Amino acid sequence: MTDQPPVLRLEGVVKTFPGVRALDGVSFDLRPGEVHALMGENGAGKSTLMKVLGGIYDPNEGQICVAEEQVEITSPMQAKARGVVFIHQELSLADELTVAENIWLGELPLKSFGRVDWGKLYADTDAILKTLNVSFDARTRVGDLSIANQQMVEIARALTVDPRAVIFDEPTASLTDAEKVVLFKVIADLQSRGVGIIYISHRMEEIFKITDRISVLRDGQYRGTLNTAETDEEAVTQLMIGRKLDLSRNESHHEMGDVALEVRGLSCGHLFNDVSFTVHRGEVVGFYGLVGAGRTEIAETIFGLRDPSEGQILLGGEEVRIHSPIEAIARGISLVPEDRKGQGLVLGMNCRDNMTLPQVDDLTAGPFVSDGAEISIFDQYRDKLDIRTPGWRQTVGNLSGGNQQKIVIGKWLSMRPEVLIVDEPTRGIDVGSKSEIHNLIRDLAAQGYAVIVISSEMPEVLHVSDRIVAMFSGRVMRTFTSDEVTEDSLIQAISGLQGDKVA
Amino acid sequence: MADLTKKGIGGFLARQGILVAFVLFMVGFALANQRFIAIDNIFGVIRSSAILGVMALGVTFVVIGGNLDLSVGSMMSFSTIVVLDLHDTLGPTLAIPAMFGLTLALGAFIGFLVGYLKLNSLIVTLGMLSAIHGLTLTWSGGQNMDIADKEGTWFGLFGRGDILGVPMPIVIFGTLALVLSLVLSKTPFGRKVYAVGGNGQAATFSGIPRARVVFFTYLISAFCVATAGLLQASRSLGSQNTVGQGYELEVLAMVILGGASLLGGSGTILKTVIGVLIFGFIENGLLLIGLEFYVQDVVIWAVIILAVWLDIAAKRGRLWSPIA
Repeated sequence: MTDQPPVLRLEGVVKTFPGVRALDGVSFDLRPGEVHALMGENGAGKSTLMKVLGGIYDPNEGQICVAEEQVEITSPMQAKARGVVFIHQELSLADELTVAENIWLGELPLKSFGRVDWGKLYADTDAILKTLNVSFDARTRVGDLSIANQQMVEIARALTVDPRAVIFDEPTASLTDAEKVVLFKVIADLQSRGVGIIYISHRMEEIFKITDRISVLRDGQYRGTLNTAETDEEAVTQLMIGRKLDLSRNESHHEMGDVALEVRGLSCGHLFNDVSFTVHRGEVVGFYGLVGAGRTEIAETIFGLRDPSEGQILLGGEEVRIHSPIEAIARGISLVPEDRKGQGLVLGMNCRDNMTLPQVDDLTAGPFVSDGAEISIFDQYRDKLDIRTPGWRQTVGNLSGGNQQKIVIGKWLSMRPEVLIVDEPTRGIDVGSKSEIHNLIRDLAAQGYAVIVISSEMPEVLHVSDRIVAMFSGRVMRTFTSDEVTEDSLIQAISGLQGDKVA
Repeated sequence: MADLTKKGIGGFLARQGILVAFVLFMVGFALANQRFIAIDNIFGVIRSSAILGVMALGVTFVVIGGNLDLSVGSMMSFSTIVVLDLHDTLGPTLAIPAMFGLTLALGAFIGFLVGYLKLNSLIVTLGMLSAIHGLTLTWSGGQNMDIADKEGTWFGLFGRGDILGVPMPIVIFGTLALVLSLVLSKTPFGRKVYAVGGNGQAATFSGIPRARVVFFTYLISAFCVATAGLLQASRSLGSQNTVGQGYELEVLAMVILGGASLLGGSGTILKTVIGVLIFGFIENGLLLIGLEFYVQDVVIWAVIILAVWLDIAAKRGRLWSPIA
């Protein structure tokens, strides 16, 4: 494997933007049949590098070689024609079209008079789908598929050409554990066909499971390539952030206060059923389960976005009925939503205005919004959360994912909530920011906030929670304390396996 | 992409594409006819732009909030006819507040349909365009409306008077622009309009009452329409039923020309004012170079589309986009 010429080679690639060297002499090579992880914190230059490879940015210096031939890539189509294909983190599929139409969009096979050759279209598509071993066929409407299956469609799209290099950008961000297994099999398949794979992810466990080599970027600079078999998480992390990282189980226990939130027998249609739990001041309760287990829906119900069909919500021992986010916020409940871009932020607005949005009514001097009060809130939380932005005027859409998430968290912390619900706090966020956000959550609890963390990542749940509520299919299966929880028992509980079911 | 952040003169031109196009047109017109840049002509243009301009201020709120208002033209006809009719029955002192009340009621109705019932604003306001036209005809019985005693009323003050030599329509347009600019850029309400138009779901998740915000944008639009109707009625002291016909598209063009996005969430009052002036000066310039009246509409719209194209081209650094 090592003797073969690389399928893709970068040499001294430099890309500058005004005031920034986004890529500063990046060189690495991708061998046929290897899975090569590309790691780095948000803002380290991974996305810029991918955009250079995909022909969206023109590099200022350096060269790109595909199969030892120096090339200039000026458009995504050209990249694809050379066998360099991308599986993007954010899906770009047309919901109303079939799987086949999506895969061949723009290059549908034609018969005479420009008519689509449906027979060939479906046959070709089914042939590709067969190699992916999926449960749907070419005629399925994409909108009817799960996110995981939609991702399979994206992958199928990459396979319409004979790929030399396939680049996966955070492919597992919204996949369940079972779905990941399928994805890894597809990757192994591609590997065995001699395709080189660039795998971008923040998830260490995956990186160590499936990659052969790991290249690390920091601040736009290439920091080196490690052989996966000869290294460990600590070494990689150190290369990425220049310091060590703590990913153990939560062991800090501080004084807990009164019950801040109690939920009794809460149900909402078929989404979740008979859910009961309590959260104390100073406590982090983690909700763990598969995608679709009803965790987000519980959060949305408490936040007034859904009306429960049964059950009670008690705040500080008093029963409340919450019909809108306005009422929830007034009662001191805050929700950092799962979908940062869709629900958390107004991307076209600047950093400060996003952060102060829920309380803009209270930040007035006379009839006008007080600039000073807003800026001081922004400055305070920028420093507290270490938000990296050139200034508050920066449009939020231009920030990296980690910094965007910190803006959303800052927005809700500045409301000084009684109960803070955080849904998937670190989705798509780099390791460095991740541990910062984890520490932050622990700090908040120590300060007396009652915190609910919903997460699909086991290390995260273990790391931040005082207690863990395991959910399966809309039901609470079991509640663990951080002392008694083990990975096995947790997995059993969220898979709906019965066993020792103690509520 | 990188062009947006370019510094220096090139970058400045790219960001101000529409202004650059505007200056080019102005220079061209001025070379063709010296009268174009005479002070009294410039005042004249601003005065005649004031009525559409006032309407554009209100529509700016609706558009930034993520909706459309195509009913403003026929609503302006309604206001004009109503105030003229009531002038003779109630007298001007009562006619004006009564007309404002009725126009605001129409705006509240649209705001209710779009905001609280969440109906599509294009359909609602297109329907209201026709419905309000019918309402106007019903009110007037299809007749033109004229004030009986044109000499003996102070009602002409708003359209014909002046303060220290500045025509009243300009004073009113300017004052309203200033006040609404403060509302939009400085108050919590203005901030919420941007949030609702920029990302309605995120606004909901931040505890912003979306329906109420949308409702108020239509109320502001109706207030501006009533003001425009007052200016129109006061200037002419008589009117046809169709005085505002077609204004809805011209007003929308001004707002978009200024740089507000039809998708909502962006735009400012200042930009709209610039859009209004561009529109007015182009119209005036074409008149002065002696273009035949009937051809003017064709040329105006061609020029507007050209201006918008140049603006977008300057922003992306190319005349057309290579990616579909």
